Amino acid sequence: MPIDKNLMRLVKIEDVNIETPTVKTIFFKDSLSSVSKPGQFLMVWIPRREELPLSVMISDTKNHAAITIRKNGYGSTSLFNKDIGDRIGIRGPFGNSFSFNKSLKNIIFLGGGTGLVPLVRLLYYIKEYDSKFTFIMGAKTKSELFFTELIYEWAKAKKIDLHIATEDGSLGTKGYPTDILRAFLSVHKDIDMIYTCGPELMMKKVYDIAIINSVRMEASIERYMKCGIGICSSCCINDKLVCVDGTIFNETKIQKLTEFGVSYRNKSGILTKF
Amino acid sequence: MDYDIPINIAGLDLKNPVIVASGILGLSQSIFDRLYKIGAGAIVSKSISLLPREGYRNPTIVSVDNMSYINAVGLANPGAESFSTEISKNKGPLLVSLVGSEKSEFSVIVRKFRDHKILGFELNLSCPHVEKMGMEIGDDLKLVYDIIQSIKKETTKPLFVKVGLGKSDILEVAKVAESAGADGITAINTLRAMKIDIETQCPVLENKIGGLSGSAIKPLGIRCVYELSKSLKIPIIGCGGIMTYSDVVEYMMAGASAIQIGSLIGLKGISSIGKIVMGLRSYLEAGNINDIKEIIGIAHR
Repeated sequence: MPIDKNLMRLVKIEDVNIETPTVKTIFFKDSLSSVSKPGQFLMVWIPRREELPLSVMISDTKNHAAITIRKNGYGSTSLFNKDIGDRIGIRGPFGNSFSFNKSLKNIIFLGGGTGLVPLVRLLYYIKEYDSKFTFIMGAKTKSELFFTELIYEWAKAKKIDLHIATEDGSLGTKGYPTDILRAFLSVHKDIDMIYTCGPELMMKKVYDIAIINSVRMEASIERYMKCGIGICSSCCINDKLVCVDGTIFNETKIQKLTEFGVSYRNKSGILTKF
Repeated sequence: MDYDIPINIAGLDLKNPVIVASGILGLSQSIFDRLYKIGAGAIVSKSISLLPREGYRNPTIVSVDNMSYINAVGLANPGAESFSTEISKNKGPLLVSLVGSEKSEFSVIVRKFRDHKILGFELNLSCPHVEKMGMEIGDDLKLVYDIIQSIKKETTKPLFVKVGLGKSDILEVAKVAESAGADGITAINTLRAMKIDIETQCPVLENKIGGLSGSAIKPLGIRCVYELSKSLKIPIIGCGGIMTYSDVVEYMMAGASAIQIGSLIGLKGISSIGKIVMGLRSYLEAGNINDIKEIIGIAHR
């Protein structure tokens, strides 16, 4: 009988990767997660602590998947402190995924922080295709960057242009990844798609730049989530539920989301300005 | 599609008897508008308290088999003031669910919706997972009577009272509600339940105990609606584990004038609302039943 994705599976952490002093990737065996589409997420249970929605990261091992976590609040810190041998609960994968087809010949990925996770998973899936890839990555400072080595590794076999922006200028261009995007689009007029994930105000800028340049885009939107299965409304943005209608929305859908980049629902459901 | 299976309940004319239960997709006007369009006969909001509540930390819901859930959201809601702003432009068939811990709170909440275009209210007397709210109120019959009277003093709109299987007998609570002026009864709420993970040896829900919903509770719901409709004059909204149109028919035969769905939406998505309405319509057409009222309580014959 196939496993029901709604039922929680207990998995053992088999490996960890320290990405930065505050970011860790956790690897585990779970066949359902291993076949997650790029952009899908898991509800991850840290026993006795919390349950968090987290985008699925790649693993090179068959039937395995991973999650990448930045220690921030109560739940994410509890998860960050987990190590090899510890157990966590997984349900999902949930949500839609980035769209991709081979007619997209010139693609930009733009992300920052743990927002890089779904973009890296997407690139992993499509890097063998005959398309041109540009990856724009942003961080506050050099020490907070991660996944760069992974992309450099992939770039050995296949040309991937990696552009880096740091707010303090400690690596790459000083400023924001959206500054690089704006400059890039003023030169390159043949971009077919921009995939983005990261802070919403950054993605709002990406959307605005994409619209001005008539380039298609898709963004992975984040909202406070409870159920993950489309019944609690915690994650609603306008009339959409991020957990089941998203998390990926394209520019046509985003155009109707007047709350995008403007407001979100807090834990009690009150619409709150960013 | 028009989703029309007209039904009148407690003086309200509904497009059809399929209502979205409280706690399900209940806090955004944009979502309400979407639900009306795709076939919901009415919607009950999340239970609204006087002040905002953040609810419990996750996990707030756990799937116990492929058709049932246990949840302990902790009555997260934006509070009366914010929610009255949220729905200030509502034109659809909305019932506002009310929850509180003191009698005095309810009249204050109801007054916030005095000028709103809503159908009426549902009083949550049966939330099984928040102390001093919901079920613990429902177990105090004198308090139930007083709260209902205080609400009825503030509004002429219909008030449904949602009952569950708490410490007090469900029939007794419902009779008290009827005598206090309730216009209808919603039965049943979720049942106190628990899920323990045997590998990590700990309860899954943050609150440890939650409310069981879905297929597992349907036979209990049917029994309660059957018994309630035998002893009450006011109409009943049946709720608990409805997954198909045949479950709707079963609840109506037991005596429900309308029904509510919840867990189904988690399993099959929001398009399941319209599907269940259309399934019910086909059932009525196939059986040459011109008015759905004909099947209400038919099992009592």
